[in-house]
Amino acid sequence: MDTIRIQQQPFDAGAEIKQLIEADQAMGAVVNFVGVMRNMNDGDAVSEMILEHYPGMTENALQKIVVEARERWQLGNVTVIHRVGKLQPSDEIVLVAVTSEHRGEAFDGCEYIIDFLKTSAPFWKKEKTARGDRWVDERQTDIAAVEQWKKQE
Amino acid sequence: MIDILYFARFREKLGVEREQFALSSPHQTVAMLMAELAERGDNWAGIFKGSQQVLVAVNQEMVKPDLVLNDGDEVGFFPPVTGG
Repeated sequence: MDTIRIQQQPFDAGAEIKQLIEADQAMGAVVNFVGVMRNMNDGDAVSEMILEHYPGMTENALQKIVVEARERWQLGNVTVIHRVGKLQPSDEIVLVAVTSEHRGEAFDGCEYIIDFLKTSAPFWKKEKTARGDRWVDERQTDIAAVEQWKKQE
Repeated sequence: MIDILYFARFREKLGVEREQFALSSPHQTVAMLMAELAERGDNWAGIFKGSQQVLVAVNQEMVKPDLVLNDGDEVGFFPPVTGG
């Protein structure tokens, strides 16, 4: 089963993972990624961030990424939760949690989902620094990560 | 008519979040629409005729500029995404 949620309020990663484990007792592995807001970016202190998204398209794009991950690996349950709105340093931004029978597929599935989320789900970050507000630029390393997956097809 | 939505720095630069737009021909592609928007000048030209990357979604799916538009379509323009 897939759980995909976009929300303003914080999430409890521990509770979400516990739920995933209890949902299917045939699964022996759960791998999760939690993305956290940093207080620094490109050499500047960042005090706050605003996350914007494209309602409707975001959910579809995430669902598509999860479906593609399931075509590559035998996965159990998948949870993707992404926050939008105002965030402060150390706030948890995103949770990707994946279960599978054994660890290898959960590791790969989790990494694949967060890599594609970063380059194809319509979210945009705007950060507040002492030098003013600015939109965050995409990272070449994120694009390279996705290119690696595409090569393995 | 189609609906056009602008996101993130494009929305800010253009000062428009959403507009209704009459297609100028029955075979208008995304690329033709972008050229038409660029004719509005200033920031419109900067975004739709400039060197920066413009991503396009039609009916909430990413598409290429050669896609032909139809009445009732929802077109979203946005810069590269930065979530996660």
